[in-house]
Amino acid sequence: MHSALHERGTANFLLNGGGLKPGHALFGEAETSGIEPKISARGVNFYYGSKRALKDINMDFSPRLVTAIIGPSGCGKSTFIRLLNRMNELVPGTRLEGEILLDGLDIVAPVCDAAELRKRVGMVFQKPNPFPKSILENVAYGLEINGSLDRRAIEEKVEDSLKKAALWDEVKDRLRESALGLSGGQQQRLCIARCLAVEPEVILFDEPCASLDPISTAKIEELILKLKKTYTIVIVTHNMQQAARVSDRTAFFLMGELIEYGATGMIFKAPRDRRTEDYITGRFG
Amino acid sequence: MQRHFDEELQQLKSDIMKMASLTRQALMNSVEALKSRDPAAAKRVIDGDTELDALELEIDEKCINLIALHQPMAGDLRFITTGMKLNTELERIGDLAVDVAQRAIDISGKPLLKPLVDIPRLAIMAGRMTGEAIEAFIKSDAGLARKVVLSDPEADYIKRAVEKELIYDYMMKDGSTSDRAVPLLLAARHLERICDHAVSMAEDIIYMVEARVVRHHPEALG
Repeated sequence: MHSALHERGTANFLLNGGGLKPGHALFGEAETSGIEPKISARGVNFYYGSKRALKDINMDFSPRLVTAIIGPSGCGKSTFIRLLNRMNELVPGTRLEGEILLDGLDIVAPVCDAAELRKRVGMVFQKPNPFPKSILENVAYGLEINGSLDRRAIEEKVEDSLKKAALWDEVKDRLRESALGLSGGQQQRLCIARCLAVEPEVILFDEPCASLDPISTAKIEELILKLKKTYTIVIVTHNMQQAARVSDRTAFFLMGELIEYGATGMIFKAPRDRRTEDYITGRFG
Repeated sequence: MQRHFDEELQQLKSDIMKMASLTRQALMNSVEALKSRDPAAAKRVIDGDTELDALELEIDEKCINLIALHQPMAGDLRFITTGMKLNTELERIGDLAVDVAQRAIDISGKPLLKPLVDIPRLAIMAGRMTGEAIEAFIKSDAGLARKVVLSDPEADYIKRAVEKELIYDYMMKDGSTSDRAVPLLLAARHLERICDHAVSMAEDIIYMVEARVVRHHPEALG
């Protein structure tokens, strides 16, 4: 059934009255033409020792959109997302080739300070990782080590961040209690608040709901949909339905390669690559 | 990798084939009833519509279950949604076959106005287009679906020829023939509408196979 579709590599699809132009680029530029990408990966190859984990990745991330990265285990999703704020530098024996640009500037260039980068490009991990401190101290931590705000300003920022993370109402009366006493879903939203406090421009989510129950997951997804009005978001997820629910763009990785990248609706209704179709329909062995 | 889900998709195909078979039989029987002006034959077509209605509801429910329980994507999603649309179109074709049967009752007991030539021709065309659309669905054959879409002008032409003859050669020359001419006029329109439903099905099948929207976009037929 799919051979006709997959043979038409540059077919002019008309979907929902809209159109993808013939020769639609893998980066999705046709859909966001005229908008400068927030982040760009150009010719990215990444190595763990001699093992090439990422192969010639080229992709753009548009500002204030949610981009999901999907693919089977070991395909390079988490490896790639961690490049976007240089977290992989913390792993010894790794090597990056190519460029990763944030607002047009190479983040790997020596002039780019990793700590400053990680303020601009925050990250939320699979397992919630609040510090063993109070709720308030968790959110204030990044502000305090910056040292630029007084106490009152910090507390206002904490409140603002907790509100943005949809957690304020649940914790406003116990800010000085330990963050470790929160539920898993609350801890994850606390980590999001902590990230928001330092005013990032990009938020990276690496399987943020993998250890959460369905209701907590739904709250995080709602939060992501709200946050995208302000922040550029990249989310790695094993859950394809989640990718379909929350993202504007979806990238499919397989064995270190970017196989297909485009509007989420297109990926999940009519992927062009047979491998994408097989993965998202569960035919992947 | 074979999936249990594939068995359910195969079952949906079988159900649509069954629906199509019943529908086409109803169509052929209704035209036979019209040709022979047989009210008993016409009544059998009308009564048989109950089975079609029940099957439509059953197929609809199965499709909704497939979507709810399996969250299908891509080709599977297009297949199921197309199956739902075809289900509805086939039920409407069944209703139009009932309408043709009603016209048979309208002219029963009256003298034959004229030998029926174009109306059976239109009926054969409607049956063929419907059958080809279903075959295109089963085989995921966009080329065959395109052939169905391109057959539509011929169906329109035959209908117009029937209308012209009945209006100008019969009703306008002798008003007393209206009681026999009007049912035949309506029967021709019912059959042409069946052809339209077959075209609609074919357009959906092109989308299913190629993700190409040709409905309301004839220039995209390719």
